[in-house]
Amino acid sequence: MSSAAVTTASAPATNAGGSALARLGAAFFGRLVIIVPYVWLLFFFLIPFVIVFKISLSQTAIAIPPYTPALDFSGGISGFIAQLKQLSLDNYTWLTQDALYFNAYVTSVIIAAISTVLTLLVGYPIAYGMARAPATIRPTLLMLVILPFWTSFLIRVYAWIGILKPEGLLNQLLLATGVIHQPLIILNTYTAIFIGIVYSYLPFMVLPLYSALEKMDYSLIEAAKDLGCPPTGAFWKITFPLSLPGVIAGCLLVFIPAVGEFVIPDLLGGSQTLMIGKTLWNEFFANRDWPVSSAVAVILLLLLIVPIMLFQRAQARAQEMDR
Amino acid sequence: MIRKALWLSATSAFLTLFTVGGHAEDRVVNVFNWSDYIDSSIIDDFTKETGIKVVYDTFDSNEILETKLLAGGSGYDVVVPSGNFLARQIQAGVFQKLDKSKLPNLSNMWDVISERTSKYDPGNEYSTNYMWGTVGIGYNIKKVQAALGTDKIDSWDVFFNPESLAKLKDCGVYVLDSPADMIPAALKYLGLDPNSTSADDIAKAEEVMLKIRPSIRKFHSSEYINALANGDICLAVGFSGDVFQARNRAQEAKQGVEIGYAVPKEGAQIWFDQMAIPADAQHVTEAHEFINYMMKPEVIAKSSNFVLYANGNKASQQFVDKAILDDPAIYPDVATLQKLYTVQPYDPKTQRIITRTWTKIVTGQ
Repeated sequence: MSSAAVTTASAPATNAGGSALARLGAAFFGRLVIIVPYVWLLFFFLIPFVIVFKISLSQTAIAIPPYTPALDFSGGISGFIAQLKQLSLDNYTWLTQDALYFNAYVTSVIIAAISTVLTLLVGYPIAYGMARAPATIRPTLLMLVILPFWTSFLIRVYAWIGILKPEGLLNQLLLATGVIHQPLIILNTYTAIFIGIVYSYLPFMVLPLYSALEKMDYSLIEAAKDLGCPPTGAFWKITFPLSLPGVIAGCLLVFIPAVGEFVIPDLLGGSQTLMIGKTLWNEFFANRDWPVSSAVAVILLLLLIVPIMLFQRAQARAQEMDR
Repeated sequence: MIRKALWLSATSAFLTLFTVGGHAEDRVVNVFNWSDYIDSSIIDDFTKETGIKVVYDTFDSNEILETKLLAGGSGYDVVVPSGNFLARQIQAGVFQKLDKSKLPNLSNMWDVISERTSKYDPGNEYSTNYMWGTVGIGYNIKKVQAALGTDKIDSWDVFFNPESLAKLKDCGVYVLDSPADMIPAALKYLGLDPNSTSADDIAKAEEVMLKIRPSIRKFHSSEYINALANGDICLAVGFSGDVFQARNRAQEAKQGVEIGYAVPKEGAQIWFDQMAIPADAQHVTEAHEFINYMMKPEVIAKSSNFVLYANGNKASQQFVDKAILDDPAIYPDVATLQKLYTVQPYDPKTQRIITRTWTKIVTGQ
């Protein structure tokens, strides 16, 4: 993000030319543009994270707020330091003592990974079709992909209950056409969760894929054809590698929110589904244990951020090697 | 649950704006009550009579309410937690004592109920009853008849006996996703103290629940209303009034679904939803006026007639529909009433065991 900001910011600074004043103004503007994302991150990511992290080091209490110590400066600096000394890593040790948390993390990651692959499989042909469609109807197709966002997410997930339930639309259709003779039990199973996630997150996969595929130069495919490469070979050797940035962006946009997904498993999934979102809910609401739930949240964040950072580093290295 | 939570955060944001932006002369009371739990004409009547505007907001789980209260600065003036939650919240210092001089209608209250609620709130210093009910068995009469050969359920045995519940598995069984309601019921079925905090007893309850687990389709605390009404399931362990709402919806839909409700003879849980005023309420006078208004016999009777729950107001009973007052499932007779047990709040350590046990029952892990 920061490198993108630098390039966009430095462009007006170099092109400005003319008077020194304008150049100074442009430089100031450039700085400002870089600062905005940092300020955003500070207020909406770092500070909330520090607060959550601090709560994860506290202990529960029957009070408002329901943990102790609630840091304040009423006791002066020494009082504040005394409060800091009460913080401990006990809650993190707790998480390692019960396999529940580990299993919940693993299940969430697996469900998210499977959903991401399925979304990619469904989304890629859609994005490819859109990118190859005549330029005149592309905006319409794009609109159709975005259209579901105009309805509430919750209503759309609820609608799937009506479709998937044993007496629902899908079963009625299949029974009427004689494909099945017993209603399929789909609602409240993992299948329903996958359907829900794939459906809900599909636009997040299609849009980056479309933008990658649309930019592609299709004369490359023609060239491959001329040189005797079969269509599948051309796809894997040219189209897919060129769309890779879109694939990666789409997968991250689906995978990350899917790991912490709570609504879809709650509404469509069965009770046996143990995901980290539900575990977190239990700690926070049922046990009123804000510290442990904060610890669960911190670990979840690390679980998501570390692979992304490793991935970005690998990508940056690959880019350098290309040069 | 989540649907409500999202909805709530939106409405409470609105509420905050409202209270900040409101003029000093506008008299307002911010009420936070359970969903589907009032005849909305009561609110209009209250505003007409007193000139106090009611900002009415709803929740559907005690946990959501409690979290808001414990976070502080909820912005609400009247809230309606259940007894066991109320008790713990009083301990946490969430509420202020009621000013009884402002509540002349307290004289209408029903001593049988007040006596029981004083277990949660000694002397009823902080709260007064809104509605009360039981946790029992709601069922689809025809489907149960087909599966079990009887249309009358009167015992926990139909639910906790694995063989019996297995017969109902295919037509669908829903259970409250609430250990604080289900574990005590299992303990009661076993003949143990429903309020036991002993790890051994809780383990026994877990064993009973695990045996019937394969027959349970879903654990959820509100979906069973629709599921029963639509005929999607044949049995649910749930709150009395919710089951009656399902019954009424089924009648309105005219699809031939008939719903019954049983208070098991072994004894069932009786719960109380109590009106209370948060310690940091901004409109304390208005809150008292609202609570006092809700204790008017004809007002609370109107609410009972609408939501199909019994209330703790003795004087209101002459205004309650006869069909409701005479329905032993809503207003149990004395003999049944004596068998009903209350559930006490868990200490944090037991709470953790209970939640963990529940997760194991529900997810198998």
